[in-house]
Amino acid sequence: MSNAISALEGRAVAGDVTVTDMGLQGMISLRGDLSDKALTKVCKTVTGADAPKPLQMAVAGPNGFGWMSPDEALLLVPYDAVRDGLTSINNVLSGQHFLASNVSDARAHIVVSGAYADEVIAKVAPVDMHPDSFAIGDFRRSHLGQVAAAFWKSDANTFHVICFRSVAGYVFDLLAASAKAGPVGYTS
Amino acid sequence: MLTLHCPYCGVDADETDLHAGGEAHLTRFGPGASDDDFEGYLFTRKNPKGVHFERWRHAYGCGKWFLAARCTATLEVFATYSAQTVAPPADVRAAITAKRPDWSWGDLS
Repeated sequence: MSNAISALEGRAVAGDVTVTDMGLQGMISLRGDLSDKALTKVCKTVTGADAPKPLQMAVAGPNGFGWMSPDEALLLVPYDAVRDGLTSINNVLSGQHFLASNVSDARAHIVVSGAYADEVIAKVAPVDMHPDSFAIGDFRRSHLGQVAAAFWKSDANTFHVICFRSVAGYVFDLLAASAKAGPVGYTS
Repeated sequence: MLTLHCPYCGVDADETDLHAGGEAHLTRFGPGASDDDFEGYLFTRKNPKGVHFERWRHAYGCGKWFLAARCTATLEVFATYSAQTVAPPADVRAAITAKRPDWSWGDLS
């Protein structure tokens, strides 16, 4: 068995807003009919989270059930639980039109946390991050700087970012630079 | 800068989140078509100053293709709507007529 490591190997930058690599994160990409009850039920069994509304991430402890598109979901589970999760999904949905795959090692999970974390994201993404329009639990796929990324808000000052592993270094440096540059004072 | 409302996920997507797909509502001429029809399908595109119908893809978001009716001169967006339509729906045409009473686009007006 290979020794799995995250792309950023636990890098962290301290400051008023901290940027931290979350290490290994189990992720299952699931494509299928999200209105199907069997599908949402098995996702709840795997993650413990109820089906999210569009553009939302339903969080249950360390796990999550995110709405990626009308026919795609992202399941967050502990890194070691992915194999069991995939087995459950494949068993329950057998015979249906769906695709579930383990994307844990293809992506990176970074947390941005601190007083002006929303502005750190807002500076590098074409998304209105004002608390009135981007609330806790909101989940958005867009881009950070030059590369695709998805992020959700887990509490007032904490954002989780997911990006492709190959660009993890770029995204981390971008967020760290944005945090270091300080607040712009728009949302506070 | 263009901001289009994605009818699939409901996000007001910035132009940098989108990928342009050219003219909408093309009629495909494939095997068995005349050379003129096939050439027209492949190469001949409208390039109007004013009301235009286009395909867009919410590339960095939900990944879905959708259609947009907008003005190429002012960048005003009249409506965005599902790609599963062969012609602009009545409400989209009404929205354009409300702003541009004398609009026309190909056979449509």
